[in-house]
Amino acid sequence: MKLLTCPINGTRPLSEFIFGGEYREAPNQDSCTDAEWAAYVHNRSGAPGDKKEWWYHSPSGTWFIAERNTLTDKVSRTYLLGPNNTANIDINPVQEASK
Amino acid sequence: MPFRLLKYALTKEHPAPRFFKSHETPKKSYDVVIIGGGGHGLAAAYYLAKDHGITNVAVLEKGYIGGGNTGRNTTIVRSNYLTPEGVNFYDASVKIYEGLSEELDLNLFYSTRGHFTLAHTESAMRTMRWRAEVNKHVGVESRVVGPDEIAKACPQLDLSCSGQAPILGALFHAPGSVARHDGVAWGYARGADRLGAEIFQNTEVLGIDVINGKVRGVKTNKGYIETKQVLSAVAGFTPRITEMVDLETPIVIHPLQACVTEPMKPWLDTILVSGSLHVYVSQSSRGELVMGSSLDPYEVHSTRSTLDFVEGLTSHMLDMFPFLSNVKVVRQWAGMADMTPDFAPIMGKTPIEGFYLDAGWGTWGFKATPISGKTMAQTIANDSAPDLIHSFRLSRFEDYELTGEKGAASVGH
Repeated sequence: MKLLTCPINGTRPLSEFIFGGEYREAPNQDSCTDAEWAAYVHNRSGAPGDKKEWWYHSPSGTWFIAERNTLTDKVSRTYLLGPNNTANIDINPVQEASK
Repeated sequence: MPFRLLKYALTKEHPAPRFFKSHETPKKSYDVVIIGGGGHGLAAAYYLAKDHGITNVAVLEKGYIGGGNTGRNTTIVRSNYLTPEGVNFYDASVKIYEGLSEELDLNLFYSTRGHFTLAHTESAMRTMRWRAEVNKHVGVESRVVGPDEIAKACPQLDLSCSGQAPILGALFHAPGSVARHDGVAWGYARGADRLGAEIFQNTEVLGIDVINGKVRGVKTNKGYIETKQVLSAVAGFTPRITEMVDLETPIVIHPLQACVTEPMKPWLDTILVSGSLHVYVSQSSRGELVMGSSLDPYEVHSTRSTLDFVEGLTSHMLDMFPFLSNVKVVRQWAGMADMTPDFAPIMGKTPIEGFYLDAGWGTWGFKATPISGKTMAQTIANDSAPDLIHSFRLSRFEDYELTGEKGAASVGH
């Protein structure tokens, strides 16, 4: 991957982006156990595969989601995260953004 | 060694003995199965046999031995860490390394060079003083030195770093060394083989059988192996193995790249590291400059190389050594680093009975090869981890008792 598509600014060189880690749902902190919370804080799904990740376009200050395969390093789509954690501002629904 | 040399001198034949027996098909069962034929796995097999008399052991390697991160690191051995737990552990490793060529009867080209961690800022100097005091307290030879002493050890270094990041001082660690990394894997492989362990190359683990929370066997591309004890020592492949037994860990994989220049006459005696410039460099016995930098910035399960890495690294190398501008980079490669949040390894027992983890070796695994082999062998033989690796247990995350080594384990954070 040398290029990445920002949902706002289009396809830009990878050097403009910062990796923000995997997108994860937090457990309900009022009802989950200490062990569940510790697992949420520390554990990650480290095995290769298709993942939903946070990426940041640094020049424009845009946080967005990229769906990427961590084995092949191919991005299948990028989008802004809307209310209720859905991709409702889906400017580039399916765009080949990697080489 | 001298007798064997003499024997070769007196005969016309020079038989090259195999380093280890070539086994094709594993037996039906083993007492212990070690996944991963790198330095750590082979060392564990060696110490299981030597220290504990456990010889019914299979080492399964997907590729060839030492072909993973054991053969991809920049070969630096040191113990100038930040936490007393870390310093004690890596110091024990350095002590074994110092006598390892003798013990394994193989020249590992273990060369004690002295190790300078350069500080370009006041805050870096503070970390160096902190590390020096922790090291001294534990009995490890580290001290803070000024620019004069650095210039004396390495007159070629531009102390102003092109005026960009002048060097204020350094942490000097006298025992810092380099070694021939593939030799370490081959030495341990031969040692383990001679004591009875069986090494299988081109043997991939496809699954691990866990019944009622206990390990029962391992599925491989060469058949099923019954066993009650499995050690996973697979560095960058750890999440794929832990997924087979449904074990969650904090490990994520980032590539770590390195490169070498064309060979030169010897001029760099010491090992130099700069956290601010993201560089570590030493000169190999072949004359190449062996150079590495910080991790790739995002998760990838791949050993691909990038131009960004060489560009960034060489630009910082030129800040330190402007005269290298005509020297060529001849090789570049990457390994998959299994990173942990606190930059300390994950070693010992797991919630699954008979499944042992030697992982989370990120960018700091090679130097720990002997002691991790020894302590993991101890853990398997006694089904209990020794005190030396207590701070590296998997359950430290659940206990929020992390072992913060970020300031000493790597560059560029």
